[in-house]
Amino acid sequence: MTPIALMGALEIGLIFALVALGVLISFRILDFPDLTADGSFPLGGAVAATLIAGGHDPWLACGFGALAGAVSGLVTAWLHVRLNILQLLASILVMIALYSINLRIMGAPNMPLIGSPTVFAPFIGEALENSWLVQPAVLAVIIVAAKIALDLFFASQTGLAMRATGANPRMARAQGVATERMVLSGMALSNALIALAGALYVQTQGGADVSMGVGTIVVGLAAVIIGETLLPSRKLWVITLATIIGALLYRLLIAVALNADFIGLQAQDLNLITALLVGFALVLPKLKAKFSRKAGGKH
Amino acid sequence: MLRADNLFKTFNPGTPIENPVLRGLSLTIESGQFVTVIGSNGAGKSTLLNAISGDLFVNSGSLHIDEQDVTRVPAWQRAGMVARVFQDPMAGTCEGLSIEENMALAWHRGRSRGFGRAIRAEQRELFRDKLAMLKLGLENRLADRIDLLSGGQRQAVSLLMASLQPSRILLLDEHTAALDPKTAAFVLELTDRIVQENKLTAMMVTHSMRQALDHGHRTVMLHQGRVVLDVSGDERKQMQVSDLLAMFEKTRGEQIDDDALLLG
Repeated sequence: MTPIALMGALEIGLIFALVALGVLISFRILDFPDLTADGSFPLGGAVAATLIAGGHDPWLACGFGALAGAVSGLVTAWLHVRLNILQLLASILVMIALYSINLRIMGAPNMPLIGSPTVFAPFIGEALENSWLVQPAVLAVIIVAAKIALDLFFASQTGLAMRATGANPRMARAQGVATERMVLSGMALSNALIALAGALYVQTQGGADVSMGVGTIVVGLAAVIIGETLLPSRKLWVITLATIIGALLYRLLIAVALNADFIGLQAQDLNLITALLVGFALVLPKLKAKFSRKAGGKH
Repeated sequence: MLRADNLFKTFNPGTPIENPVLRGLSLTIESGQFVTVIGSNGAGKSTLLNAISGDLFVNSGSLHIDEQDVTRVPAWQRAGMVARVFQDPMAGTCEGLSIEENMALAWHRGRSRGFGRAIRAEQRELFRDKLAMLKLGLENRLADRIDLLSGGQRQAVSLLMASLQPSRILLLDEHTAALDPKTAAFVLELTDRIVQENKLTAMMVTHSMRQALDHGHRTVMLHQGRVVLDVSGDERKQMQVSDLLAMFEKTRGEQIDDDALLLG
């Protein structure tokens, strides 16, 4: 694998680290199985691409992309909390609705951003010779900032209340936590991160496409599961770190699998590999337990 | 002070499994009073507790805490007034969070939560001091996950958590039922100590008539969703479990066949 291919894998891995942090909040912290991601990721992309194409500042475009994602998460949570629609179903409804909304926002199935300003543009040379390095570097800074912000948030009074809401809602209420509000704001935060990832993604890929969200949730979940399998911990700062590592590792594994000619895999096999990887990561903890039992462990 | 007036609660109304649990229950608990509540299964003990905590709303009747009408106030908004310890040790603490994180959650009960650090140095000191009171060595395990503790240790921590902030009433829902006798005795003794030290108004539901008479100032018996027996003072001091049984049978004019009430 060439260094450029490696950095490319790293770049997408970093973007999906942001998705994975969002998935971590919904699936793990709030215990809310949320598939909105497949809609909120392209939503962030569509909003950002439309704004950038309209001549607006790319950072502002990212902000509005994230804001749109927050609203979509809020709607999913509201459907569940107020209308008692099953979590999974509520998120599927929003995901489906977002497909139409994303088409409306862009006015077309895709929107090219070739030559438009991006958040990376100020650091890239005239001949684009260093873009393969600059893009992952800028993304890394954003991911590290997001991780630190999340760690601080979940160590705060409100963040702790949010964790309690997911772990034991009845106890949380008995301690005076407005659990419904926590679910609403947590889901908004989760999908804001995912949509921000979408907004950054379109700027690295040179455009937005309405179908770019397919499988987002699976990739995010894969990263979370790989992370917690490799680095099991209950400390939140370790969990967020593990999630980021999981996302990077996942993309690297995919890149290796696709680049190794002797395996004979091609780009269209991506989703199949993803499913296999996630399946493997899901059974890995059980295999580990089985192995340690056979090895005469104390369990 | 807690005042419950003519509470009615029916589960599954209008269906074949309609179940009227509270049927005109009235009860007043003065400030500083420690009331024990007994009654057979289905008498309405848990429903009463859940109605007071706000986990469920009654169909009719009213609930006042210190003259404030809380009948329609949701559980999380009542939390500043109502502290509680659950029957299930798992229910009262938050699995996956550490001991100090659980205590920090309880330390903010009834307070607004902002974005400041949940656990500051002075709180950690306070938690350490409180845990040291238990003499279980937990003061050195602040960062341990709470699910590493035994059921008894968790109930003891739950009791501490319930007393970190002032409350108008402390609800104890058979909080020793899931423990072995020795641990149960320890937790009960701790309960007495915490209630006395903090001069708490408390309501303890128990399955044991012995416990009901040995703890607190007043004993109330529920049957079919109403208070059928209410003893306190000297009358209660001289009372034996057998007297309690006899009074119950006289009041209801029927035999009790619930073994759980006779034991203990």
